[in-house]
Amino acid sequence: MSAIRIPPVLRANVGGAKQVEVEGSTVGELLSGLVAAHPGLRDQLLTPDGELNRFVNVYLNDQDVRYLQNADTPVDPRDTLIILPAMAGGAGSFRGAVSFRGAVFGRGAASFRGAVFGRTGE
Amino acid sequence: MPQSYSDLLREARSQVREVSVQEADLIRQRGDALIVDVREDSEWEQGHVPGAEHISKSYIEMQIESAAPDRDRPLVLYCAGGIRSLLAGQALQALGYTDVVSMAGGFQGWKTQGLPWSAPVLLSNEQKQRYSRHLLIPEVGLEGQVKLLGSKVLFIGAGGLGSPAMLYLAAAGVGTIGIVDFDIVDLSNLQRQIVHTTERIGEKKVDSARRTIQALNPDINVVGHDEMLVADNVERIIAGYDVIVDGTDTFETRYLLNDAAVVANIPVVHASVFRFEGQLTVFQPYVGPCYRCLYPTPPPPELAPGCSVAGVLGVVPGIMGMLQANETIKLLLGIGDSLAGRLLLFDALDATFSELRLRRDPACPVCSDAAVEARRSGRPMAVAAVGDGGTFALGGPGLGGPGLGGPGLGGSVGSVGSAGVAS
Repeated sequence: MSAIRIPPVLRANVGGAKQVEVEGSTVGELLSGLVAAHPGLRDQLLTPDGELNRFVNVYLNDQDVRYLQNADTPVDPRDTLIILPAMAGGAGSFRGAVSFRGAVFGRGAASFRGAVFGRTGE
Repeated sequence: MPQSYSDLLREARSQVREVSVQEADLIRQRGDALIVDVREDSEWEQGHVPGAEHISKSYIEMQIESAAPDRDRPLVLYCAGGIRSLLAGQALQALGYTDVVSMAGGFQGWKTQGLPWSAPVLLSNEQKQRYSRHLLIPEVGLEGQVKLLGSKVLFIGAGGLGSPAMLYLAAAGVGTIGIVDFDIVDLSNLQRQIVHTTERIGEKKVDSARRTIQALNPDINVVGHDEMLVADNVERIIAGYDVIVDGTDTFETRYLLNDAAVVANIPVVHASVFRFEGQLTVFQPYVGPCYRCLYPTPPPPELAPGCSVAGVLGVVPGIMGMLQANETIKLLLGIGDSLAGRLLLFDALDATFSELRLRRDPACPVCSDAAVEARRSGRPMAVAAVGDGGTFALGGPGLGGPGLGGPGLGGSVGSVGSAGVAS
């Protein structure tokens, strides 16, 4: 079992837990196990094709998995996986412009889909 | 038998080697020696040899070890005429320094020979007192303080992060503080936005913040930008600032600011907060990653609730904002290791900090070599547009200064997956 740290924005989907334990020997297996146990996370982490959304970064300990072996990166039980989606918050102080339209980013802009796990061997 | 002054001097000359000002300059340019100015404060402030360390003769025994821990490091001492540095040299030899020379002719001789010297920078007596705790730190000192007084920092937002950061930067004597905010002070802000006050509810945040920080330090100049940061004004607003402190809470503004700051080559000290947690990094163009290297595209709105929805413990932006102030001062002074390429995570409930490594995306549409080249050739790479606020046109080549083209001149920017959105 390896630990996956859940960011505050996604904790509602895992019953408020800060960290969950998941079985798996690669980053891809851990993420699959995570969304299997917590289906509410699926759309937030993965594209319909099962790729990691581009607005979510995943770190194995302190390293971005994109610069390791993406989904195939081996994971040791002592490792910690950290999920980090882009955060908006500046403490609710500054509204620079009108809120953006949901329609535009309905689900991962097409050109970026799969970029994270699609760029193997770069 | 008591010695006369000339006896003492003769003895010092026999023990401490003297070098000419030209020879001292050659040693200085070699780079390995420490040049020590042993004159009094008032003399040092009138000008000195560039790169010299100032330790007045009266403190030389007490302070030399921290300035030169290695007793075999070459030391060149000078004073005004070459006498005090000889006597100081003897004292250092007694402490075990093996390679001490005294510059014959002193600083007078140096100037007479037309060698370069740092122009005098003077603080008023009041400034000396106000910044005395900075002046005592070698890494800041008089030169650093003068640098801060000549620096310009732009705050995007006078809110939860901006409040503590601008208070401390104003206190530190950062000479020009720009504030972009079009909001007014609201009662619900005051749980964390400590630059404002209860009696200023309904006032423009820019005006309220100006009053507070100028009351703290009347030395500084506050430039208010009571407007929204949008594609049409971002280049104009950020021009000329040394560092930008990002306290935005919408993705639109964050991407707009990122793209424009990369082109203008201005570092952005970025922080964001959520309930009990915060994160912090420095986006230093072409040194570390930019925001688009991390997140080329923003999340859909349902995944990114702002603080008005999610809430935040007031002290969390306070802590993160002060860390932003710390990074800003380091960047302005050129000291320490900045957080460029590192993301610092803070968890208030656990009271822990952790750190992640961030990398530049070699395919980044904004800060990669290819992106710079594409801008130079007038065909900037496409970036994902964010919302309705427009996209900053990546006009100039983006190295060492504001973009050459500016919005509208550099060719239109493709909006990935955003048909119908103004750019």
